[in-house]
Amino acid sequence: MTTHLPRDEQDASTIVRDASEKGILLNLSGQNTKAEMGRPNQTDASISSSGLTGITLYEPAEMVISARSGTPVSEVIRTLAEKGQELPFEPMDYRPLLGTRAEPTIGAVAAMNISGPRRIAAGAARDSLIGVRFVNGRGEVVKSGGRVMKNVTGLDLVKLMAGSWGTLGFLTEVTFKVLPKQERMATLVLRGLKDDRAVEALSQALGSPYDVTGAAHIPARDRQGASTLIRLEGFSVSVDYRLGELRRLLKRFGGSTDILEGRGAEAVWQSLRDATVLTDGADRAIWRVSTPPTKGPEFTKRIAQSLDAQWFYDWGGGLIWISTPVDGDAGASALREATQTLGGHATLVRAPAEIRSAVDVFEPQSERLMTLTRGIKASFDPAGILNPGRMYAGV
Amino acid sequence: MTIAFPRPDEAVLARRNEIIGGLARLVASEALIISEDERRAFETDGLTAYRQMPLAVVLPSTTQEVSAVMKFCHEQGVKVVPRGAGTSLCGGAIPQPDAIVLGVAKMNRVLDIDFEGRTARVQAGITNLGISQAVAHEGFFYAPDPSSQLACTIAGNIAMNSGGAHCLKYGVTTNNLLGVTMVMLDGAVVKVGGEHLDSPGYDLLGLICGSEGQLGVVTEAVVRILRAAEGARPALLGFEKAEDAGACVAAIIGAGIIPVALEYMDKPAIQICEAFAHAGYPLDVEAMLIVEVEGSDQEIEDMLRRIVAIAEPFKPKTMKVSQSEAESAAIWKGRKSAFGATGRVADYICMDGTIPTGQLPYVLKRIDEIAKSYGLGVANVFHAGDGNLHPLVMFNTNVPGEMEKAEKAGEDILRLCVEVGGCLTGEHGVGIEKRDLMTCQFNEVDLAQQMRVRGVFDPRWLLNPAKVFPLEGRLAA
Repeated sequence: MTTHLPRDEQDASTIVRDASEKGILLNLSGQNTKAEMGRPNQTDASISSSGLTGITLYEPAEMVISARSGTPVSEVIRTLAEKGQELPFEPMDYRPLLGTRAEPTIGAVAAMNISGPRRIAAGAARDSLIGVRFVNGRGEVVKSGGRVMKNVTGLDLVKLMAGSWGTLGFLTEVTFKVLPKQERMATLVLRGLKDDRAVEALSQALGSPYDVTGAAHIPARDRQGASTLIRLEGFSVSVDYRLGELRRLLKRFGGSTDILEGRGAEAVWQSLRDATVLTDGADRAIWRVSTPPTKGPEFTKRIAQSLDAQWFYDWGGGLIWISTPVDGDAGASALREATQTLGGHATLVRAPAEIRSAVDVFEPQSERLMTLTRGIKASFDPAGILNPGRMYAGV
Repeated sequence: MTIAFPRPDEAVLARRNEIIGGLARLVASEALIISEDERRAFETDGLTAYRQMPLAVVLPSTTQEVSAVMKFCHEQGVKVVPRGAGTSLCGGAIPQPDAIVLGVAKMNRVLDIDFEGRTARVQAGITNLGISQAVAHEGFFYAPDPSSQLACTIAGNIAMNSGGAHCLKYGVTTNNLLGVTMVMLDGAVVKVGGEHLDSPGYDLLGLICGSEGQLGVVTEAVVRILRAAEGARPALLGFEKAEDAGACVAAIIGAGIIPVALEYMDKPAIQICEAFAHAGYPLDVEAMLIVEVEGSDQEIEDMLRRIVAIAEPFKPKTMKVSQSEAESAAIWKGRKSAFGATGRVADYICMDGTIPTGQLPYVLKRIDEIAKSYGLGVANVFHAGDGNLHPLVMFNTNVPGEMEKAEKAGEDILRLCVEVGGCLTGEHGVGIEKRDLMTCQFNEVDLAQQMRVRGVFDPRWLLNPAKVFPLEGRLAA
């Protein structure tokens, strides 16, 4: 299979235009670290952003960074760190889960709307993404948004591109707003809480005035007790004050509490971010569920009735990472019944290709929303050549 | 009066009675406004220089009524101009003679509040401040706070993706919206999003937010509500030069501090607002910053100490930290009434471009030159942290030709914003006001892609059709 490696945007435009004229189906990629995600699809050729690299604009005082889509995420993070800044949404690294090794690209962070624990406080990747340049399925170079953080000029195609998994356009450049990295991070840990009590405690913390930037719960398993984690960031004086207040506020939940700081705390949040907290084997399927936070415990209770599942919660209970056996539908029907009843959506993040072909990887949508989805797809990519079927059949 | 309206559809005008008859069968009689006198209240919005009498006005009370009206208009080929409270500054809600106005202001109830889950489900006609008031007893609030928050509806906020003075920390509407119920042109009711975060497929919620009523009519919304900080206190910093104020903003952000608000006012704006609000603004400075920080008393003091230390090298002429609730309220009253207060001393048009903040001194100098070249005055208030400018170009309506001059000056200012890497509108929207300037920011391909997406929702251009896109060269799906 041919892999196209455009050298620049114009080159990418020529490749896609040619493909659209000839009806060549294109697989869009960066460094292929997430090639095994989404619905498996049949394509004729690949187009990779790996030749489109480099930070094109970085203005620390304006809190904005632009990079070509194939730029390694690690390079963006390093560049920001040199000026004491960071990507606010804390993008997850999928490599540990997927067992891949190459360098994830910043384009994929935008295209897949990849966020982490700080999403509850600082928004998702889509909230920080303020500008894109891309080649649509007609081979045209399109821009939307820009480099300023407040911009309501015209339809917000930036949001459509975020999370469209390469089905609407081949991103060539992305612009994010960024934030200063906080002076200190500390995590209050409550031990031994059951899921429902833990989410209650997290809700209380998130509903407090103390600016919580991470709220997760790891249930008890094997010989390890349950831990409920509440992260605070900011100037040291302020972190001290808020830790004290939160401890007082959450006293009624009982049990022992301690405070994690430094490398240990960073490692914990990284394992929550990358879902490596799920340790029950590389051969299990992994689901990512977004649901109303207070419904989290009920969600897991329901699915545990029919599935041998392991899970943990992030986003105060609203994000649940679940591992299931790869038998049958890998739990799809049980999970989807729960999302239908409780609200939210479930995405099959990891499973063998046969399962990802047989069950819906993304939450099925109402017929009317699917009609809109197909219409939008056609408005960007009338010949249907960009990552066809990666999200939904026929899209 | 330089903005054109499309020629009304004569066939629709000729069928007015028949159309009104059809609408009367769908909604309660008090929800249908047909007399000329009563329609007059809807002929303009916040852009009062432009007026168009609508064919009729419908003010439904339920999503079902909205659906029935939309379906009818779709079948009859009648255009629909959605309306919240009519506070749009860019003419986003200005009707046209062959269109009905579909107002959601009567649908103003809170449907459900979930403090534990931190969400509120509301009807879209509720005012922005109404949401905050409904959750205030538990110490919560709804974050985006446009100056018009007392009057403007969440429906309008969603249509325009409205911001406010505190969005540096809390984001704009799109960052605080979780779900909508939207009536499509053919009357279908769709639910997008919900009480959870992020969407399973394409981010339709993100597309709908800021679409200026061109994709559908939002009748319900789920928004995030946040627990308010323990306290907040603004400080005033006055500078002898605009450059110093701009450099101070960069230094604050460079030090890793994101104040909850960071507002800039120039000398004319300070004087106008001080005369109105008696906020204790310094009258002898060229530029003033309002810097607000949040937290406990101890956190606020620590943060203000840092900010004062950062400001020192820029030799502020005044540094004043608010000492009481009353003082804080006065400081914000002055800022939030900038538009109203300016309206007392002159007619004005308010621009809303955003620029890269590094371009601030240059852009301010150019704005001044542009206004002078037309013989007009200008007052600048803006959100300094994010570069969202609000130059108020002042003129006298009674002097023939002055308004046209002001419009020209405004246009030059917006072109300048785009030239330096910014955009036409940061939070007010395009509406009719900036419609014909869209080609400065976007090329044909960019606009065509947006129009094809629009066409997926409204292929016949019946929904708010005179807005956002230049009248020439329009595309359907």
